[in-house]
Amino acid sequence: MKLAGFLLLLAGWAIVLAAVAMLASAGQRTIFVLAGISVEILGLALVARTHRALPEERDKLPADRLRGEKA
Amino acid sequence: MTFLPAPVLSATAAALCVVLIFLVPCAAAGLSLINAGLGRSRSAAHAMMASLCALAIAALVYFVCGFAWQGFPGQPAHFLMAGGKSWDWIAAQPFFLRGLKLDGSPASLAVWLQMLSVGLAALIPLGAGADRWRLSAICASTALLAGWTYPLFAHWAWGGGWLAQLGVNCGLGHGFVDAGGSGAIQVVGGLTALAIAWILGPRRGKYSAKGMPSAIPGHNVVLVVFGCLLAWLGWLGLNSAGAILFTDADIGRVVLIAINTTLAATSAGMTAALITRLRFSKPDSSLTANGWIGGLVASSAGCALLPPAEAIVVGMVAGALVIFSVEWFEFGLRVDDPGGAISVHALSGIWGLLAVGLFARFPDQASGQLLAQLIGIATLVGFVLPLTYGLNWLLDRFYPQRVAPEGERQGMDLHELGADAYPEFTIHSEEFTPH
Repeated sequence: MKLAGFLLLLAGWAIVLAAVAMLASAGQRTIFVLAGISVEILGLALVARTHRALPEERDKLPADRLRGEKA
Repeated sequence: MTFLPAPVLSATAAALCVVLIFLVPCAAAGLSLINAGLGRSRSAAHAMMASLCALAIAALVYFVCGFAWQGFPGQPAHFLMAGGKSWDWIAAQPFFLRGLKLDGSPASLAVWLQMLSVGLAALIPLGAGADRWRLSAICASTALLAGWTYPLFAHWAWGGGWLAQLGVNCGLGHGFVDAGGSGAIQVVGGLTALAIAWILGPRRGKYSAKGMPSAIPGHNVVLVVFGCLLAWLGWLGLNSAGAILFTDADIGRVVLIAINTTLAATSAGMTAALITRLRFSKPDSSLTANGWIGGLVASSAGCALLPPAEAIVVGMVAGALVIFSVEWFEFGLRVDDPGGAISVHALSGIWGLLAVGLFARFPDQASGQLLAQLIGIATLVGFVLPLTYGLNWLLDRFYPQRVAPEGERQGMDLHELGADAYPEFTIHSEEFTPH
């Protein structure tokens, strides 16, 4: 999922680059740039979702601390 | 090939530039104090030491290879042909600044300013990685930032690269405009901060088993607020020198730049104070300080082109953005960013770039400026973020960046430096003890 998110980020940027290099009309270019940014936002959302700190963070606490809690 | 011409400076403008660049280290000092103040007391010396190391590594690496990739308009570069036009994608300068005359020419002044600016960008991720980022990993990550990420984008925006060429090649306004570095310094640093926060993960004890964050307040608000005042001074120099060197602003514009910078910072600070007062019944000093810096960051891109009233609007939006996004990152996205670096630098910087497209008034108004700014923002999010994340992720694979659990418990000062910042005070709260 994380990789897919980053690939979407790069794909969005590629759409923006293609719009700049290949399209001449201002209207088309604007639409493609906005489409590229939308793809980037999608990718960013995906990456952010995979990075949310999980509740099991607690499990990563040092062993001695966990032992202390059980006691 | 479409070379963008090198700017020409009068002797007076060059002298003024020198004076203004002398102010820029104040911004670095300010950010360092803010990072230290917003961290824990047991990591305060580590935070200041990390700032010193980051500034040193950034300057050295930039000297070795950074400027070779970044270059300056009118100097050798590599071009790609696309759509019948030539696009400048990277500079072709020799390493170690060889062949560059350090004689007060615009290129030499740019090198000096950039050597400080890259240090400023390197300080930003320290706020996000506070209390858990190893010193040696900070140095390695800074080398990657100063040697690759920063020079590449700075070339595109400031060195006559393809973003700056958007005006000439595609008729998009004046090309991507970023006078004081909202994008090239702040967003690049802010996105690196986001990558670091993701890679390191939250501090231990920050989130409960149910994912609820616990407040870990900064240990010294006085440092934070004093840092804001120092940063204000530094930003006056940074914005003015950047506008003269990178957007051909004449020296008469320095007054407008100083006024806009001040108005944006003050309005952002007051907006942040007001919002926190309304929401929490008392103004929050650390969030107000972050709002202030957010205003400075947002002011940078259009400082020489915005009318003062619009600079106030830019500041107010930045102040509000910082407050709400700090909360969103902490509660919604569960990103632990003790210094608020992502909100303050990345989001406010993006807003500042967008504001140029919305409000800037150029002497010769050309259409398409907003689109040029959007393309720059898309490049930052779609290219710079994956690049900086990828480089830091690779570094983390080979050389773990996060300190061992024992070090985090002990405090970074004692664990990494062998001595506390405040040796008289040996008692601090223990987040790991069940209450």
